[in-house]
Amino acid sequence: MHPLGFTCGEIASLSWGKQIDLLGKNHKIKIKKNKIKTASKQVPESAIDMENENDNIINEVTQGEYKYGFVTDIESDSIPKGINEDIVRLISEKKNEPAFMLDFRLKAYRKWLTMEMPRWAHLKIPEINYHDIIYYSIPRQAAKYKSIDEVDPVLKDTFNKLGIPLEEQKHLAGVAVDAVMDSISVKTTFKETLAESGIIFCSMSEAIKEHPDLIKKYLGSVVPYGDNYFAALNSAVFSDGSFVYIPKGIRCPMELSTYFRINAANTGQFERTLIIADDESYVSYLEGCTAPRRDENQLHAAVVEIIALEHAEVKYSTVQNWYPGDKNGKGGIYNFVTKRGICKGDNSKISWTQVETGSAITWKYPGCILKGNNSTGEFFSVAVTNNYQQADTGTKMIHLGANTKSRILSKGISAGRSNNSYRGLVKMTKNAENSRNFSQCDSLLLGDKCGAHTFPYIDVQNKTSIVEHEATTSKIGEDQIFYCNQRGISTEDAVGLIVNGYVKEVINRLPMEFAVEAQKLLQISLEGSVG
Amino acid sequence: MLTIKNLKAGINGKEILKGIDIFVKEGEVHAIMGPNGSGKSTLAAVLAGRELFKVTEGEVSYFGKNLLEMKPENRARAGIFLGFQYPIEIPGVSMVNFMRAAVNEHRKFRGLNPLSSSDFLKLMREKKELVEIDSKLTNRSVNEGFSGGEKKKNEIFQMAMLEPKLAILDETDSGLDIDALRVVANGVNKLKTKENSTIVITHYQRLLDYIVPDFVHVLYKGRIVKSAGKELAFELEEKGYDWIKKELGEE
Repeated sequence: MHPLGFTCGEIASLSWGKQIDLLGKNHKIKIKKNKIKTASKQVPESAIDMENENDNIINEVTQGEYKYGFVTDIESDSIPKGINEDIVRLISEKKNEPAFMLDFRLKAYRKWLTMEMPRWAHLKIPEINYHDIIYYSIPRQAAKYKSIDEVDPVLKDTFNKLGIPLEEQKHLAGVAVDAVMDSISVKTTFKETLAESGIIFCSMSEAIKEHPDLIKKYLGSVVPYGDNYFAALNSAVFSDGSFVYIPKGIRCPMELSTYFRINAANTGQFERTLIIADDESYVSYLEGCTAPRRDENQLHAAVVEIIALEHAEVKYSTVQNWYPGDKNGKGGIYNFVTKRGICKGDNSKISWTQVETGSAITWKYPGCILKGNNSTGEFFSVAVTNNYQQADTGTKMIHLGANTKSRILSKGISAGRSNNSYRGLVKMTKNAENSRNFSQCDSLLLGDKCGAHTFPYIDVQNKTSIVEHEATTSKIGEDQIFYCNQRGISTEDAVGLIVNGYVKEVINRLPMEFAVEAQKLLQISLEGSVG
Repeated sequence: MLTIKNLKAGINGKEILKGIDIFVKEGEVHAIMGPNGSGKSTLAAVLAGRELFKVTEGEVSYFGKNLLEMKPENRARAGIFLGFQYPIEIPGVSMVNFMRAAVNEHRKFRGLNPLSSSDFLKLMREKKELVEIDSKLTNRSVNEGFSGGEKKKNEIFQMAMLEPKLAILDETDSGLDIDALRVVANGVNKLKTKENSTIVITHYQRLLDYIVPDFVHVLYKGRIVKSAGKELAFELEEKGYDWIKKELGEE
């Protein structure tokens, strides 16, 4: 038996499977299709200042190019290209890891060798040569920083350009930041402040050395090393990432955030994040990502695990803006990520919010295992694809406990020649009595050369649960644009207005600074898509 | 302010307007009447710049400028307002945001700074009272789930916000009950000044009891076949459009 109370086999069976039971007679399932409906959100007059702010930002953004595409000229210390057992050992050795970690990595590597890359997604993935990737690269002399003064100024400058303040005194918003460049965590801010309430927020490497008991207990407990092809690869070669532990009864006083940056060429980024929220604790965690503009594709295969114990709540927000490739589809990041949380304790809650605008290919399904009774899982997503981008993203809500609830709100926007798919699994097991799910998947099409697809999988094994699924597809109509034009609003601004209205429900769930950034990104991502 | 000369326009190669001449001076109210399919809405759309319709011949000058060369948003900013026969729903976009974007674009065009939030909200409150629109409507998404009457009132509210020099009201009376009609007409009358002009497109004389025109034009098969003072509207109401057909020698 796995420590979580179910076997790895069971977790493995959480894959999509073929158990599509859309019209099972025993289950109360309401399917409303093609219902064109968009929530009309009331705007309190006090909200206008924020709207004002947002408008200014949109106005200020005039360039359509990916603006995080610069390369930092900093020497890096890389290991040879390619993957084999020696490389795995070398990574572990470079990081001075305890034996149990090497063991975990080797098991994962051996498992990975027996696996095949998943092909079921609605994606065209070119062949990836895993022997052509550098699995470990660190900015030179980045080994360990005692204070901000020791950080290489070039590196500091990079993070400043990205708008990530490493200098605590300048940072008023109260966000604690862990910045990860290529394979290593550069600096974690506010660590001492957080430590006062017993919160651990550090790089994964540090956690492995200093909190081995927590790592042993929880690493791989939500996403086992053999969970899927990319998770196995990550488990074998992951380099760094963030670790968070919130002790019992503590409400984390600030937003925690990690900023990921791929800089070196031919490098894969394999970060690993583990968040543990003990009984009655709360934490909101943010993740942002960017990469330089390069002609070749780069692989990003991360794993994020969240554990929420009794009455705990974890909010995880992502603004993903990896380099998407150029207008003709050349270059860009392959973003193959496994994110999963477990509501292990009763009355716990995990909420995923993601704004996905970057990456050439996205393969990502942040999910929740609702094990504790009365636990809640949420997934709010905006996925934008333009030009030749492809996204296959969605969620898995696995209801194990009684009276569990899940809510899915997915907003896809496709433009250019891109393809955008929602794939969601809702599973109500036998014991998940009186559980509920509500899913809403909306697609918005810009132009007539893009595609939007919805693949809902519903599997209900008891008679008392209710699963609802609503889907809408809409286009921005010529008549809507003309109506805006006639009121003096240009076509580009009209599209911005309509898109912002469309994604508002999701964006509003992001913390303020992130919401603002996300809106900027949407505008940039869609620039030039109207015509 | 507006001179339309021999305007011909159509859609998909089919000619709908077959040579229109209208002259509108500041402060005037013109009514354009005519049976279904005569080209009334096409004329409104062409003046507003809808690209669906292609102008094949003729000129339109607006304050001395060639209107037909202006983009629709610039026509709007220069003071042309079209009250839509079927106002469009824009889900997810609140009336507040929509109107603020529009008002600020108009201000930018005139070289003014955007309104502050509080000034904007004050303006909205004033105009809401002026046109007697339900406060709740402006908290919703643009026209979404509005009743027919509410949509039309919302058009008048937008007109009040944007203070156009030339308002073209396309069948604003259609689908309105008598109370809503009165509200809409009162709104239009309150917004009337000596400087601005209105073109009222309508089917029935009913609206013209409230909005009294200086000129009435009868549009039939793409041509203005009769122009006169407001008495023409009464005559039409009494005798029907058949009377015009007969005058033209048609059956």
